[in-house]
Amino acid sequence: MSVQVSPIDEVKTTPWSGGRSPFNVEYGKMMMWFFLLSDAFTFSSLLIAYGALRFSSSSWPAPDLVFQSVPGLLDSGAPLVFVGLMTFILILSSVTMVLAVEAGHRMAKKEVLWWMVATIIGGFTFLGCQALEWSHLHHEGFWWGHIPNMEELKHLFKGGNEASYGTYAQQFANLFFTITGFHGFHVFSGVIINIIITINVLLGTYQKRGSYLMIEKVGLYWHFVDLVWVFVFTFFYLV
Amino acid sequence: MSSESTEVHHEEHGEGMTRKKIFKVFGVLLGITVIEFIIALWLVPAGHIPLHWANPVYIVLTLFKAFYIVAYFMHLKFERIGLALCIIVPILFIIGLILVLTNESHYWVDLRA
Repeated sequence: MSVQVSPIDEVKTTPWSGGRSPFNVEYGKMMMWFFLLSDAFTFSSLLIAYGALRFSSSSWPAPDLVFQSVPGLLDSGAPLVFVGLMTFILILSSVTMVLAVEAGHRMAKKEVLWWMVATIIGGFTFLGCQALEWSHLHHEGFWWGHIPNMEELKHLFKGGNEASYGTYAQQFANLFFTITGFHGFHVFSGVIINIIITINVLLGTYQKRGSYLMIEKVGLYWHFVDLVWVFVFTFFYLV
Repeated sequence: MSSESTEVHHEEHGEGMTRKKIFKVFGVLLGITVIEFIIALWLVPAGHIPLHWANPVYIVLTLFKAFYIVAYFMHLKFERIGLALCIIVPILFIIGLILVLTNESHYWVDLRA
């Protein structure tokens, strides 16, 4: 069948001339990227609001004084050790997730399954640690709308006007629980999604489909959660 | 059509991340975190560097970590440049918000004084 083609049709072979994905990426994966972009805006709005309030304050609870306990082991004297452990766990679970993706490329069902299980365990461990961290701070008197009494607050600040401690401690408490809570909720939903995907791996859904692309999509979400934690960690615990 | 594009996709990905590369990136992320801890727990408390020097260092190190996670773990470095730009260019708007609110918080300082 020979059809007369006009020159304008002949050039239509570039990625942007239609008929195929110019990004060479599957629809769901592209949408995951755009969702994560919008989520990045949400998290940065929260973190920038935190930054603006903190920047305008004359003093702020010092991270190495507020976060110096290892729940179950030490009540004080170990600044940032526990959060270091949490960071390590989350980075590690990100690594097991990439390993699951890598195994998926080789269509190795068993390996995908075990790396996914490892990722879920990492996620639950992180959530457990965060629950301990929250309950420790709650025990000290911090919560949305609640701060410890003045005597205790004096041990959490390094200098500054004592009259303003209450205001800044309250801002710190609200922002800390809101932002780590929002992040923790993301981790929780990530774990749930990972569990659903792992069940599908176990049932052989992706083996039948001939591609483990779904692992890549949930992987993107999981790495994003890790990415946000990197920023939360820096701005709440280090700076 | 869709299964076809998935396969194309697949082949390109094969050369993206090998196990060796994954562990290398893991090493980088861990290394940067360890450096941050050394600064926070030793260099600053011991007075080797002042806090206002440490903060920009933390931020730069954090951005390095973010780059490694997005480029390698999230595979953006190996995607088409069009997709990468779609994600990275809108992120630049965040810089705008940072500038606006930094400016605003300076004004709050004056209000409180």
